[in-house]
Amino acid sequence: MKILIVGGGMGGTILANNLARRLKAEIKAGTVQVEMLSASDKHAYLPGLLYVALGRMAPAELYRDQASLLEPGIAFSVDPVTEFDLDTNQVKTRGGRTVGYDFLAIATGSRIWPESIPGLAENAEFFYTEETAVKMLGRLREFQGGKVVVAVGVPHKCPMAPLEITFMLDDWFRERGMRDKVELHYTYPIGRTHSLENVAKWATPEMERRGITYETFFNLKEVDGARKVLKSEEGGETSYDLLVSIPAHKGMAVIEENKLGQNGWIPTDRESLKMQGRENVFVLGDTTNLPISKAGSTAHFEAEVIGENLAAIARRGAPVRRYDGKVFCFIEAGSDRATYAMFTYTQPPDPREPTRAIHWFKLAYNQLYWASARGLL
Amino acid sequence: MADRKLIDARGSFCPGPLMELIAAMKMVPVGDELEVLSSDRGSASEIPQWLKKAGHEHLGTSEEGGVWHIRVRRAR
Repeated sequence: MKILIVGGGMGGTILANNLARRLKAEIKAGTVQVEMLSASDKHAYLPGLLYVALGRMAPAELYRDQASLLEPGIAFSVDPVTEFDLDTNQVKTRGGRTVGYDFLAIATGSRIWPESIPGLAENAEFFYTEETAVKMLGRLREFQGGKVVVAVGVPHKCPMAPLEITFMLDDWFRERGMRDKVELHYTYPIGRTHSLENVAKWATPEMERRGITYETFFNLKEVDGARKVLKSEEGGETSYDLLVSIPAHKGMAVIEENKLGQNGWIPTDRESLKMQGRENVFVLGDTTNLPISKAGSTAHFEAEVIGENLAAIARRGAPVRRYDGKVFCFIEAGSDRATYAMFTYTQPPDPREPTRAIHWFKLAYNQLYWASARGLL
Repeated sequence: MADRKLIDARGSFCPGPLMELIAAMKMVPVGDELEVLSSDRGSASEIPQWLKKAGHEHLGTSEEGGVWHIRVRRAR
């Protein structure tokens, strides 16, 4: 049985290691093969970019050699897939290889799409890539005061990022003794300050306490860089001196090019995590079109379900688990406190009051992540 | 309507049915209809509220077995 994993991000890596541990004997005996094809020889801890943008982590801390994270027995190549032929159970790679499989897991992830909003890419600061996070840090260091606007695209990766960057920016300016020179304005696409109602119930009074103004039902339409004005689909308009954006995301180009899903999101069964209409293709992480958070924890929990099911298929011929929609997100509530939200398809989250302990645990997790990627945590 | 795009947002606490609709609305041409399935009672008021603000059309809402079906049309 040959299992091919396309994508070496969080989901693909956790899945590969999960399989290698569960099927160690079968891999050793040669009855199961696990292969990973990735676009990079590096593995990036993307949640760390938020800290890079605020000077609290160095870019070099975010990377490890991908091969060093993988269990023995996993065949790994830096050779991204360019073509999927799901009818013949094979893919073609940029390097010219044709790779067959019995089961395929697609975990190619997502990318920012600021170009979807006229003027956004040229005028806003982002923290979703190393380059843009470092540039944002430079802008913040030079910023002498004025109106800072946080603007949010849809859909976006890491649902807590809009709140986290807002509260962390508030503390950034306070710690530098310049909060009185800054007007901090938060905008959000729906009718409250966060999609999770219980999180919004906590975040809204927290913004009021900190003197952060907010505007809801604000969906980015365009940025007029000459006038430094942001316009919304709902007819709103707000000026800015520094624009920080959580841009809209889309799936990877190879998914769209192969017509596997509109905007790069693959239609996926919410419980089996199989691609709709395909019995031997699984999808995980940002790549799915599921109506749940595009977050690392989502990829992690999905990888565990798929790993257990593929191992069960290899041994007993049938899957044993269903994904329940579990997501866990830390929420940084400033520079020294944090809380978290955990929820499933049926259980809403109930975040507690932020504490220093959770913040320190989040900082610890930034390092523990490497154990998580290896399938140890 | 046979070609109405279905957005199955049942069980979606985050990003939630409205955010799913906003994302989907950008991907269809003006005039197309969409139907959101939501298990959150709040969607029945929140989604029409946004449609009004954003200038889109609310075609109707019905509830069946704890699932709200909200039909909309992209108007601009």
